Amino acid sequence: MEQKPILEVKNLQISFQLNFGVNHVIRDISFHLNKGETLAIVGESGSGKSVTTKSILGLIDDNGAVEVGSCLFRYQKDGKDIEVDLLKCGKDYLQKNIRGNKIAIIFQDPMTSLDPTMKVGNQIMEGMRDHKKVKSRKEAVRRTIELLELVGIDLPEKRINQYPHQLSGGMRQRVVIAIALACEPDVLIADEPTTALDVTIQSQILELIKDIQKKTGVAIIFITHDLGVVANVADRVAVMYAGKIVETGLASEIYYNPKHPYTWGLLSSIPSMSGQNEEILSIPGTPPNLIQPPKGDAFAYRSDYAMAIDFEEHPPMFQVSDTHYVASWLLHPDAPKVNMPSVLQARIDSYKKRGDTNEQSHFTGR
Amino acid sequence: MLKYISKRVFWSIVTLLIIIFILFLLLQFMPGTPFDDEKLTEAQRIIMYAKYGLDAPFWQRFGIYLKNILLEGDFGISLALQKNQLVQDIVLPRLGISIRIGLQALLLGTSMGVVYGVISGANKNTWVDTITTFVAVLGVSVPSYVFALLLSYFFGYKWRIFSITYRHGMPFWSSILPTISLSMFVMAQTTRFLRTELIEVLSSEYIKLVEAKGVKRIKVIFRHGIRNALISVVTILGPLTVTLMTGSLVVERVYGVPGIGDLLVEGILTNDFNVIVMIAFIYSALYITMNLAVDILYGIIDPRIRVAKGG
Repeated sequence: MEQKPILEVKNLQISFQLNFGVNHVIRDISFHLNKGETLAIVGESGSGKSVTTKSILGLIDDNGAVEVGSCLFRYQKDGKDIEVDLLKCGKDYLQKNIRGNKIAIIFQDPMTSLDPTMKVGNQIMEGMRDHKKVKSRKEAVRRTIELLELVGIDLPEKRINQYPHQLSGGMRQRVVIAIALACEPDVLIADEPTTALDVTIQSQILELIKDIQKKTGVAIIFITHDLGVVANVADRVAVMYAGKIVETGLASEIYYNPKHPYTWGLLSSIPSMSGQNEEILSIPGTPPNLIQPPKGDAFAYRSDYAMAIDFEEHPPMFQVSDTHYVASWLLHPDAPKVNMPSVLQARIDSYKKRGDTNEQSHFTGR
Repeated sequence: MLKYISKRVFWSIVTLLIIIFILFLLLQFMPGTPFDDEKLTEAQRIIMYAKYGLDAPFWQRFGIYLKNILLEGDFGISLALQKNQLVQDIVLPRLGISIRIGLQALLLGTSMGVVYGVISGANKNTWVDTITTFVAVLGVSVPSYVFALLLSYFFGYKWRIFSITYRHGMPFWSSILPTISLSMFVMAQTTRFLRTELIEVLSSEYIKLVEAKGVKRIKVIFRHGIRNALISVVTILGPLTVTLMTGSLVVERVYGVPGIGDLLVEGILTNDFNVIVMIAFIYSALYITMNLAVDILYGIIDPRIRVAKGG
């Protein structure tokens, strides 16, 4: 029997009350996360990636509200299987059972996500002591040192007594990861964990996250605006645009057989390292205002491939394969046959031809 | 750290010297003299001037004055209030009571302010917040002598719970009303400041991360919120001491507290130069000390500020 996904988000809609209107940030999205896999949620700023994951932990700001939707989470407690809807169980339940304990999060900017007045050791220990994962302070210290070793910080005995300002950005992000791993969570949400770091540190942190997944089997939701970053990491990818998921599939399907014009745009805009003078395409225009969401396909206004119907009605999810779904009218049987931009096609072909074992890594740009 | 403190102390002394000079200079421009008695004739007045050395040129007088302070700790004699008595013998016995009431007010005001600030900041935009904010605005905008008069009318005169004036027989009990009057402003400022800071801290990324760890809200506020918010509240302690000093001038008068604030008012009224300079000097010294203490305290609360190690 196939295992049920550990996390299942269904028909989620979130809006924020603003002074001048209601911002419909998340407009009916559904996705799931299987045990031990990495799901990348990709989209540009404002597409709703972070809000989605913050809502899972009940961490969205006070003026935001989940209007419709559910988020089923399956976990074990004292040997019993428990299934709970995280969007309805209440903040107390989340705080006692879920946050930090079963689902942990890594934020984007390590410079602002640590308390400047508390020693990093105490910040790591805080979660495990509050969730009663350790019996004594001594045990907590031992475990903290183990965690710091796991995330690749040397001299951990010294580091636990240091303050965040004594550590570099990369080290701080490692500490944030250690905090996330403190209670051995089932799910790790990485909210743009490398965006604020410089490129060499970025790849180290990516490697670290991959390595940790191998060692602990934690399921990861990896949020990023850069398809290049997750090429090496993701098992599956969901592409978000204007509060909706426009394309989702296995990583290989998204990278080698993209179907949505927006995904084409994202892939074409990754600089390649092949050294040839090839064109880097950018997506024209800006994302729509979601206070008055556009009728139909929100991307139509920026797309070269828009059809009349795109301005009338939002496309349903068309199935390409068992795992690959695309929300674009281009996949309707009656739609004209359209191919991806030739530049992108050429690039994908050349990667396929080389038959490199490290498949999508061509897209990482490094 | 020691080096830092000694450097600060050195500059404090320099500052105090400059303050003495400015005070001395400003007093030259005060209207009237210590000998404004109508019974004195012009000839008598000249004799008095000569007797106290007030007829000498400005720089000579200042030189003698400074020399006496630096070498003998002698701030001169009173010219009007208690004629020919050493100023320090008049001022110093009164200093203790002013400092005590000032500290009481500071302690009461800041601790109440921290409690109110935390309550209102943690319950932003609820009715609790509205009430504390209202009280805080009241405390900031109503001058301390109004509180002094109201408190002494109701608690002293009408209900007779406390005595109307300060009494030597019950130094603490009778200092309660002046303390409360003085502390209102401190309380209100601390509340307002802490509320704003706490709200900002509580909406920061690192608090979000602490919440994401599954830490109880109340622990989030106490372990992370208050400490970070207090860092900037400490900085207003300096300015608050100033308001305590100026407030004490009036409050001490209302309650008849025999402190230096009351003495300063009398000194000004009678043109008693030496009394004025010495008390103003003490106020300056207290303020400078307070600022130094705040800077050291700052380092203790905020690890980023600590100078070298062992701070």
